[in-house]
Amino acid sequence: MSEEKNRVLTISILRFDPHDPDDFPHMESFEIEEAPGMTLFVALNEIREHHDNSLKFDFVCRAGICGSCSMLVNGRPTLACRTLTKKLDPHITLAPLPLFELIGDLSIYTGKWMRGLNERLETWIHDKESELNVDALEERMEPALADEIYELDRCVECGCCVAGCGTIQMRPNFTGAVGLNKVARYHLDPRDKRSDAEYYEMIGNEDGVFGCMTLLGCEDVCPKDLPLQSKIAYLRRMMVKTALKD
Amino acid sequence: MKVIYTDVLIIGGGLAGLRVATGVKERGHDAVVLTLVPPKRSHSSAAQGGMQASLANSKMGEGDNEDVHFSDTIKGSDWGADQRVARMFTHCAPKAIRELAHWGVPWTRVQRGDRTAIINAKKVTITEKDEAHGLITARDFGGTKKWRTCYTSDGTGHSMLYAMDNKAHEDKVEIHERLEAISLIHENGRCYGAVARNLMSGELVAYVAKATTIATGGYGRIYSVSTNAIICQGIGQAIALETGVATLGNMEAIQFHPTAIVPVGILTTEGCRGDGGLLLDKDGYRFMPDYEPEKKELASRDVVSRRMTEHMRKGKGVKSRYGDHLWLDITILGREHIEKNLREVKEICENFLGIDPAEEWIPVRPTQHYSMGGIRTNYTGESQTLKGLYSCGEAACWDLHGFNRLGGNSVSETVVSGMLVAEYISDYLDSSQSNISIHTANVEKFLKKEQDKIDALLCKENGEDAYVLRRRMEEIMMEKVGIFRNGKDLEEAVKELEALHIRSKNIEVFRSKSRAANPALVNAYRTQKMIKVALTVAYGALLREESRGAHSREDFPERDDANWLKRTIMSWKNESDTMPTVSYEEIDINSMEMPPGFRGYGKDLTIHNECTPMRQSTVDAIRAELEAQGKDRFEIQNALMPFVDKLPKKYQGRNARLGENV
Repeated sequence: MSEEKNRVLTISILRFDPHDPDDFPHMESFEIEEAPGMTLFVALNEIREHHDNSLKFDFVCRAGICGSCSMLVNGRPTLACRTLTKKLDPHITLAPLPLFELIGDLSIYTGKWMRGLNERLETWIHDKESELNVDALEERMEPALADEIYELDRCVECGCCVAGCGTIQMRPNFTGAVGLNKVARYHLDPRDKRSDAEYYEMIGNEDGVFGCMTLLGCEDVCPKDLPLQSKIAYLRRMMVKTALKD
Repeated sequence: MKVIYTDVLIIGGGLAGLRVATGVKERGHDAVVLTLVPPKRSHSSAAQGGMQASLANSKMGEGDNEDVHFSDTIKGSDWGADQRVARMFTHCAPKAIRELAHWGVPWTRVQRGDRTAIINAKKVTITEKDEAHGLITARDFGGTKKWRTCYTSDGTGHSMLYAMDNKAHEDKVEIHERLEAISLIHENGRCYGAVARNLMSGELVAYVAKATTIATGGYGRIYSVSTNAIICQGIGQAIALETGVATLGNMEAIQFHPTAIVPVGILTTEGCRGDGGLLLDKDGYRFMPDYEPEKKELASRDVVSRRMTEHMRKGKGVKSRYGDHLWLDITILGREHIEKNLREVKEICENFLGIDPAEEWIPVRPTQHYSMGGIRTNYTGESQTLKGLYSCGEAACWDLHGFNRLGGNSVSETVVSGMLVAEYISDYLDSSQSNISIHTANVEKFLKKEQDKIDALLCKENGEDAYVLRRRMEEIMMEKVGIFRNGKDLEEAVKELEALHIRSKNIEVFRSKSRAANPALVNAYRTQKMIKVALTVAYGALLREESRGAHSREDFPERDDANWLKRTIMSWKNESDTMPTVSYEEIDINSMEMPPGFRGYGKDLTIHNECTPMRQSTVDAIRAELEAQGKDRFEIQNALMPFVDKLPKKYQGRNARLGENV
């Protein structure tokens, strides 16, 4: 099999260790030889193993499923594990996702942020009435509706939409597309018994659905191609209707 | 010294751990979950194809029930499973899935009327019943008599984990993220919690608890190529082993999944073949029917993986710079089906291979996938030797899977074992036995010991490079403890791993000396632990001179029930030992509901145990007698191997299905 000559990649990484009082944010570049099928997961591990073993980053599934490895790749939020280097120029710039607490280098504390969001929006089924009987047949659901809920359930909480959001830069408590998508998901779900008025209390304000400036950076960068634009628009209509009703 | 007290310490925030947490909370106990990553990023999220539960809603699942699921599971395990555990599991799987539906999982549902499916490369029309409309549907998976695998597209684990984690939020379960348990606190045969390291700040914290549960998943990452997430490194098994008291069971039982993509080893779900996908060789020839005329691509995973390897050894593999592979063809399923039911697979193919699987074949080969072995427990999830230590999910060996797990039984096991173990732990906590009497000075000793170890790693000079040792360990496991095994290779593997273990005591963390977030330090101490785990796998495999399920010895091709119907039990008696200590636990044929038989693949090479025919005739006689008396399947089952009384009261009820117990 003929071997083409591999490119040499220069990977520049924004580095900073907040636990080191002498450190300050700086760019550091590493040169590595590209390999066929190389992803940023492979490239970063090679740098850690052979160039600098203190380099911090987050990978878990490395298959584009778990949402751990979101970072800025050439300035754009995306999942690093499924980014093939061959799709990029040989000079690649990596930086941690903005807005989230920095653990070090490319490693960020998305878990804390997302947990806060989930607790605030109470992203679980609210059902005080029906007692579950585990022995009985499950409640029925229209197949198309189940599919539609799953579509919105595919969010992996990677934080790319938050990093790509213009509103949240100015309004740090803004729910963001990740949160609004979750609200749309539970609103759609007949098992959740919250009323429109309760949803209005939660997101019918400027930190909620009315804060969105419709720049749609969220939808542009969502690695799961979620229909964020149409769901935010839908929630807005629904909230206006609810407000007018009262 | 920072000490955190709680009732139940749960190590691992995947499906199993979270289900234990919500279960004990519901019973009024406190729980703290330690997790390496945000729970929603746990490896449970990577389960694609589905969860087995015998709901029997869909047309192709008609006639399914606990008995059929039980029989499939036991056959799949090559009679290595604990049959009572398998009964408890199959009885509770429908309850677990209904519970998850209640908590918000958008299970794919039955659509009444006609639909087209691909079965054995042919288009067939399936007509779903009116009365099943809107109930949870199921797809076909390997090694099962019925279509029993319930799913949400091919993101089943993701949906289950999100619902479970959201439920944990609702229940206000305390979750301590990026905290890694690095040793268990124990004295006089009783576990009292764990020492954990904060992966962000480096701080060591002692968690003292009445009950400790390890739910950290498998140990696939001791192999260089695995479908597992990179955090599945066997650290849970290692810290149990390092107590010198807790034991590990059947560590050599490692499953290789037939269809991981080449070269990166990312999984494409068994649902691809369940939905009608085919395996093809370099000539585009469908070879599985030649080897397994009955089940073809849907034979049990261990069988398909071996057949694929055999076929590649005959020169039928596709050559690539990464070695040989075969093709998975799902183009015949059509774009619409792929974009609805196999969308993760489609995304993976697009992103990692640059191909469209609706148009092109997927390069695949068998790859390490699942750990049947783990922390040996009773059916209650409690360690057989270390009181107060529990384990469940893939981390444990309560022994549902024996020597081969059926596809779809893993996520099912996580939630079923989680809900059961939560009850047993709660019962324990409600009793006076759970009272704690450890002196804080002793807790401090455990903490200090770990601090000293970390200091040593950071201060050592002229030591070993952890990466070098770890890569060699991974290679040894790949090359010598793989799908087909033999005595010579295994002996070399054990010798070399023992040498690596000795060298690993001298690991030095080069350059990166931070005590806070420090990936080099993490790699150093995990490598030490992983090599021990690898040794238990290789050593168990060397000693087991038979072929059972996924453990396949070329020099001992027979399944040997006469000598090897037993579980391998490993412990690490003294810290200075360089090898684990092995013992065996007999599996009692005389209490089996389903005595050992032929699995139905290839030629029957079983060496039978002398007790088998006797037990079989006893079982047959009881069955015949009770059937003649008009007893139902529950009464017959109960006469053969009672298990219901072992279940928590709330889960003893019979499952409703269309036309049964409704």
